[in-house]
Amino acid sequence: MTSQAERQSLAEKTGLLPEEILRIEEALGRPPNETELALFSVLWSEHCCYKNSKRELRKFPTQGPGVLVQAGEENAGALDIGDGWAVVFKIESHNHPSAVEPFQGAATGVGGILRDIYTMGARPLCFLDSLRLGEIRGEDPGVRNNRRLLRGIVGGIAHYGNCVGIPTVGGELTFDPSYDGNPLVNVFCAGVVRHDRIQKGAAAGVGNPVFVAGSRTGRDGLKGAAFASRLLGSDSREDRPAVQVGDPFMGKILMEACLELFERKGVVVGVQDMGAAGIGCSTSETAARGNVGMEIDLDRVALREPGLHAADILLSESQERMLLILQQGREREAEEVFAKWGVPLQQIGKVSSDGLLRCRIGGKAVVELPARLLTEDAPVYEREAKTSLSSSEAILVERPLGLTECRSSWMAIAGLPSLASKEWVWQQYDWMVGIGTTMGPERADAAVLRVRLEGKTKYLAFTVDGNSRYAALDPYRGGEAAVAEAVRNLAVSGARPLGVTDNLNFGDPYRPEAFGQLRGAVEGIAEACRAFGLPVTGGNVSLYNESPIGAILPSPVVAAVGQIERKEEIIPMGFQREGDRLLLLGGWGKGLSGSIYAWEVLGRRQGPAPMVDLPQEQGLCSVLRALAARGVVHSAHDLSDGGLAIALLESSLTGTGCLGAEVSLPASPTAEELLFGESQGRLLITVAEEEKKAVEEECARREIEVQSIGWVTGSWLRLEQGQDRLEIELAELGRIWKGALTELMAATPKLD
Amino acid sequence: MIRARVLILPKRTVFDPQGEAVRHALGHFGLAAVDRVRVGKEIEIEMPGEGDPTEIRSRLETIARDFLSNPVVEEFELHIEGVP
Amino acid sequence: MRWGVVVFPGSNCDRDCLFVMQKVLGQEAIAIWHEEQDLPPVDAVVLPGGFSYGDYLRSGAIAAFSPIMGAVGRAARSGLLVLGICNGFQILCEAGLLPGALLTNADGLFHCHPAHLRVENNCCLFTRSFASGEVVQMPIAHGQGRYYADASTLDRLERSGSILFRYCDVHGERTREANPNGSVANIAGICNEEGNVAGLMPHPERACEPLLASTDGLRLFRSLASTPLEAEPGATYARSAAG
Repeated sequence: MTSQAERQSLAEKTGLLPEEILRIEEALGRPPNETELALFSVLWSEHCCYKNSKRELRKFPTQGPGVLVQAGEENAGALDIGDGWAVVFKIESHNHPSAVEPFQGAATGVGGILRDIYTMGARPLCFLDSLRLGEIRGEDPGVRNNRRLLRGIVGGIAHYGNCVGIPTVGGELTFDPSYDGNPLVNVFCAGVVRHDRIQKGAAAGVGNPVFVAGSRTGRDGLKGAAFASRLLGSDSREDRPAVQVGDPFMGKILMEACLELFERKGVVVGVQDMGAAGIGCSTSETAARGNVGMEIDLDRVALREPGLHAADILLSESQERMLLILQQGREREAEEVFAKWGVPLQQIGKVSSDGLLRCRIGGKAVVELPARLLTEDAPVYEREAKTSLSSSEAILVERPLGLTECRSSWMAIAGLPSLASKEWVWQQYDWMVGIGTTMGPERADAAVLRVRLEGKTKYLAFTVDGNSRYAALDPYRGGEAAVAEAVRNLAVSGARPLGVTDNLNFGDPYRPEAFGQLRGAVEGIAEACRAFGLPVTGGNVSLYNESPIGAILPSPVVAAVGQIERKEEIIPMGFQREGDRLLLLGGWGKGLSGSIYAWEVLGRRQGPAPMVDLPQEQGLCSVLRALAARGVVHSAHDLSDGGLAIALLESSLTGTGCLGAEVSLPASPTAEELLFGESQGRLLITVAEEEKKAVEEECARREIEVQSIGWVTGSWLRLEQGQDRLEIELAELGRIWKGALTELMAATPKLD
Repeated sequence: MIRARVLILPKRTVFDPQGEAVRHALGHFGLAAVDRVRVGKEIEIEMPGEGDPTEIRSRLETIARDFLSNPVVEEFELHIEGVP
Repeated sequence: MRWGVVVFPGSNCDRDCLFVMQKVLGQEAIAIWHEEQDLPPVDAVVLPGGFSYGDYLRSGAIAAFSPIMGAVGRAARSGLLVLGICNGFQILCEAGLLPGALLTNADGLFHCHPAHLRVENNCCLFTRSFASGEVVQMPIAHGQGRYYADASTLDRLERSGSILFRYCDVHGERTREANPNGSVANIAGICNEEGNVAGLMPHPERACEPLLASTDGLRLFRSLASTPLEAEPGATYARSAAG
């Protein structure tokens, strides 16, 4: 056994804790050798084993009637969508690599989540992204760097997603100075698979051969997983060798080869994509899941350059590689398929019976470890959490603006990068390939896809949401709000929610405040999911999101998947017909705290986060679905960032032609609160005049407040509150809203 | 061992947005009076130096002209080292 | 009518094209692997969109030298109908079956959105179900779609009526703003002088169902599908093989 001093010094070198090294020694009955220690240093990092967050993640509800593969079982969760088919989906972050090299960081993030989905046997259907960046307005070096990051991230997502031919159909992008130099890149992917074709990430069958398929192994991303579990220091640019380079062409042909091979029943016993810690992680995980061992001959791994050590080969994060465990005797079939697609396939070892991961190089044994010790038996910690809520005092505006005076504020928020149209972003993504995108970017609150399944047609809806302002004020409510908004976005698109996946982006877990935020958000998400009866099918945790200027806003992100029965039930967010009634469901709301208006225009980043009334949210969604089923809703849009003002703007500018509205506001609360307040659980819908009564009855049945607030007409937004009037031409609003981001990003092409 | 280098540039008559962006950026480095920047690529081919040198050269010429560059929009230069 | 859709490694609109031909048009369509030395009996070949060989070297450059393109070139010279969509258009230019080249978009960015196109010439088999001068809508999705040809080539294209589609605004005006990629003379699609090989950057297969906002693309496929051919599927091919 090593001495305490030796362990201390090893701990500093590996990033492990001295007690973790002791724990390894006790489990092995000997000190680990250098290669083994390197494996532990990565596999026992937060990024790989969730040691700091696992206890919290266990709070999520994971069961449900449609759950086919639940959280933690495989690379992604799977839910039933009927007729023997399942939707497989997951969200994952690539924050740290994107901070260092935005283009490759984001591109490999897309490649990674793609492999997670088709590893399950599913043909990928679409991507969505949740992006957060620092301030991009102005000419400070930091601001220019944020623009450079945004340009690189969007370019990288486009580069990979477009090339592999999977549409990027939606997402979100907001800005806050806390993300300066520490952007968030959360990528979601969904696919579909027949129940009986779901692949397993477990090894089985002693003697079965183990193969690596895809790219050769190089030095890419060595210790990348450990890197993701460190704070971003100012020397992060020096860390560049840790960033992997993506090859979307290999990604595409590797995917096609794997999917074609999966069609041949019985050839593939188990399959696991290689992400963090490459061969080391995928071999130990598949062995541990299958309760078997594995013998790996590292000399047989095809290398891109000579001179890699055993640890380098085991931990390399070279992209576009898969681990395949094949049925002995059927190797030829796999070789045929991979040769057809031009994808290298190389046997590197075989399945053994003793539960040990054994690796040899140059004929010498370098690793002999219980596979479970590396994965399932990794340490789990309870970290200290400190809950800190923002003051519960509501924001008081001393001299509230009258309706007429709200004009300039309205214009101002319409041009905020967080609220402005994201056309500059999504036009760079091929959001149509696959000819299923029924509701693409900025057409409905959720993206809606038509999915063709061997003769059957399904409609699936996807959304990704999170509000860091609310989470900063109150992490628990921020968690609840993320789920509630995602479910609302599905409902207003006509969909019934099936389940969610989450991405938890927080700061250093060793800081009790940051850990308290993580815990609060998890509990909020868990509670909301229970209320809606939704399983969390998996997700991702990204901690240590801190740069020298401090931690990011706590950023829980939730992606939700829903299903729509018939295409007639799909609802757009834009106004469709002149003369339609404009109905507000869920009440006028009250207060400004937490709103983007309070933060960005008033500069008041305090007060309680908006309340989330879960039973009311459920009621709203039931009303919407009932109305959608009857086909009476012409458009529906939820009130979220920017409140009623932005909802009206978006519905006007994204509909057929350019249709505005006339709206009467009640005398109280103030015009500012009515227009910009972000009270939760509210929707704006339009119906034909003769359907108004039916909607009111449906709302009454579910105890949902409903107001008729005006009608769809004209090429302006015309509002009245008592004697006060406000009229804005849509052309004027449209110029600001549509142009803001494009102007910021296009004005200085490639110079930031 | 033969090392062939093929330098490929967009023709002067063809608009090169990458070159234009770089030219613009050079101003930020105090180099404002730049007339033109072209961004192209260089391809390096390494192979054993066996066979008839004239034939190797002519084959590389063909490859560079017909495959590695596109004569509609690009021009190329071929440099060969190590031909016996 | 029997369609053949060539699949290169990296093609990603091949399945979409097959779906449109089989399910929307209700016709026979088969996938053809890029390593085939010969074409199976088909009446028209479609080179679909995507990133063949990752667009490495130049878009379409490596695919243009694949075995199947030898067969496509021979058949095209004997009159077989060949349609290149997006990456397929790039491959046809690289293979020398259509004049000109497709370069990186003028602003350096990938563009994906519906585009208005003016039908310049409806005398060719590919556009005969449109009216000349008509404005239609089909999506574009490319990073390298800036059509380029030198002045004399351009002149020949104009005079032979080989320009099929140009980017335009909603009123059919050929404006600078309506040109998404900086193509010379707003050119979005062309055909050869014989009129049997056509290429366009917009995606007609993405505009074939009301659910996807436009059905103008379907009219392009129907133009070809209603082409009077000998009754037997593959007759054109048989003729070309015999010739």
